[in-house]
Amino acid sequence: MHEMSLCEGIIQILEDESDKQGFQKVKQIWLEIGALSHVEPQAMYFCFDAVKQNTLAADAKLTILDIPGTAWCMNCAKNVKIKQRYDECPHCGSVQLQVTEGEEMKIKELEVE
Amino acid sequence: MCTVCGCGEGETQIEGENPHQHDHDHDHSHHHDHAHDHQHIHDYGQGPAHAHAPGMSQSRMVKIEQDILGKNNQYAQANRSRFAQQGMLVLNLVSSPGSGKTSLLTRTLETLKNEMPLSVIEGDQQTSQDADRIRATGVSAIQINTGKGCHLDAHQVGHAIDHLSPQDTSVLFIENVGNLVCPAAFDLGEAHKVAILSITEGEDKPIKYPDMFHAADLLLLNKIDLLPHLDFNVDQCIEYARKVNPGLRVLQVSATTGEGLDNWYEWIRLSRQSRLIGFSSPEKPKEPTIKAV
Repeated sequence: MHEMSLCEGIIQILEDESDKQGFQKVKQIWLEIGALSHVEPQAMYFCFDAVKQNTLAADAKLTILDIPGTAWCMNCAKNVKIKQRYDECPHCGSVQLQVTEGEEMKIKELEVE
Repeated sequence: MCTVCGCGEGETQIEGENPHQHDHDHDHSHHHDHAHDHQHIHDYGQGPAHAHAPGMSQSRMVKIEQDILGKNNQYAQANRSRFAQQGMLVLNLVSSPGSGKTSLLTRTLETLKNEMPLSVIEGDQQTSQDADRIRATGVSAIQINTGKGCHLDAHQVGHAIDHLSPQDTSVLFIENVGNLVCPAAFDLGEAHKVAILSITEGEDKPIKYPDMFHAADLLLLNKIDLLPHLDFNVDQCIEYARKVNPGLRVLQVSATTGEGLDNWYEWIRLSRQSRLIGFSSPEKPKEPTIKAV
């Protein structure tokens, strides 16, 4: 359940930002979560609802934007789509893949008041 | 929330530290209001469905593009630079519960304690039993109880180091909470994650929990002495692990019989030597004497 600590981390970032950017309330949050990251989106929704109580994000709506996994295949010398970390290249079967996208865990954007 | 450093977890307990030691008397009142007579304009013009209707709502969009783990990573960087300044080698030991991590560690400490300065941070949800086992070897150890937390984070480790005050050029082992999932995501500032997998667990662990095996630099395949009694395919296991992490090094060891442990000790010695290159301290290894031919 490290989604719980990640959600606590999000609330901390929001509190820091509210000081810096002068807002009191967060209405919507967009997260970018990569398919290869350490996060299960469903668990994230669940934990966020628990953690946001009595914070500046108490009424905030969470939206998670999925980022598909992409890797550079050294053999084919091109980008390929992968679903999991240990996937083979769909074209040549090589495992020598360098992940280029899909590891993100980012707060992308906020709607604030 | 801890007001010294902003830590949010109320569950964590570090040995020798009161549950909340940052309390202070407050007989004065706090004023946190400040005049804001300037305007903030952060309108990036990209609202949902571009719904910008001036005067209709006070809400606005803020692009922040921040890594959720950013805070942990900042603490990890602070730990890492401290370790570098002290010429320390720090290893983060990760595994599932029951892989034999603590047994492996106590045996390692017994062997290396007269050779180099050592210390240990123990992470468990509850009890200080593991730290007690470590201290029985004579090596200083500190226990972090994470309460409900499933992993150690860089901030807890930073506090633990303050209490432990490890020596320059020492090796610090951080025994993470037994969990093959969450500790993979949390950088503690270590030089290497070392994954320990016991062969009683099944050879498909590396592809069932790929994140951990991807994050590790070394895999210790423990309890190898039990191989005759089990249906465990070593080659298959290593193949799975390298599928997730092609550069992963694998050592087959037994913390009970000592089989293969020399390789592990040698890996620690060499990793420590490479950390000491360029590190200046009174304990710097002596220059090799060159004999005249």
